[in-house]
Amino acid sequence: MRLRRSIVLAAGGGALLSACPAMAVPHTYIVVIDKMKFGPTPSQLRTGDAIVWINRDFLRHGATAADHSFNVDLPPRTKARTVLAKRGTIPFVCRYHPGMRGTLVVK
Amino acid sequence: MIYKFALFTAAATVMAGAPAAAAAAPSDPQIAHIAYTAGVIDIAAGRQALARSHNREVRSFAQQMIRDHQAVNGKALALVKKLHVTPAPNPTSASLQKDANATLRRLSRLHGRTYDRAYINNEVAYHRTVNGALESTLIPAAKNGELKSLLQTGLSLFREHQAHAEQVAKDLK
Repeated sequence: MRLRRSIVLAAGGGALLSACPAMAVPHTYIVVIDKMKFGPTPSQLRTGDAIVWINRDFLRHGATAADHSFNVDLPPRTKARTVLAKRGTIPFVCRYHPGMRGTLVVK
Repeated sequence: MIYKFALFTAAATVMAGAPAAAAAAPSDPQIAHIAYTAGVIDIAAGRQALARSHNREVRSFAQQMIRDHQAVNGKALALVKKLHVTPAPNPTSASLQKDANATLRRLSRLHGRTYDRAYINNEVAYHRTVNGALESTLIPAAKNGELKSLLQTGLSLFREHQAHAEQVAKDLK
């Protein structure tokens, strides 16, 4: 279910990675929402990475972090992007359907 | 103060006149009509709540009911069109609508906090009953895979609604 994509965020990012192997290039990961459920969350998240939330459901959903670090509204069949700014274990919930929950672990 | 339509009992009467063993198994067109009617009823209840209640939490709940049930019914209509299925009126959906009409009339005579409590208590009972019927009768009886999947998503959603209504009811005490 997880669709993981590496996205070079800035022109020349690939070259930057080659020149400085110790520096991690931010990645973008996708979390799909469908049938009243959050899909699996990525397991290798680091600060600077981004989550693209894709709502494939016919219902309005959201993704709200318990620590208020992100809060996205997702009308049916829309997507939104969140950049992870800090480390930690971040539980999140759909603001409209609080039984829909997940957790991001950012290292 | 809550309405007591007998969805379980009514579901068993869908096939009135059929042999007893088959009586509890509604057809897909009947299931579609029951599910759609259940949504229409809760949308009407939500609209009444928006017209009568001044409580922020109650109004927010009502708005969610309208939004979610409209979305489910929109999806249901698109599905029956795709499947070339005509929803079939049946004793269950008729019973649902009749009881809902009586409830709306009763709630229309209430005001303020009395209304808020009656509406929310009814929402708790309504979702509990509909969820029970979905789980025990409608989902198992659905033949078409897409209809069954939509009903299952609906059940997940309506369980959220029930939990939400229970929380609001608690807050109103």
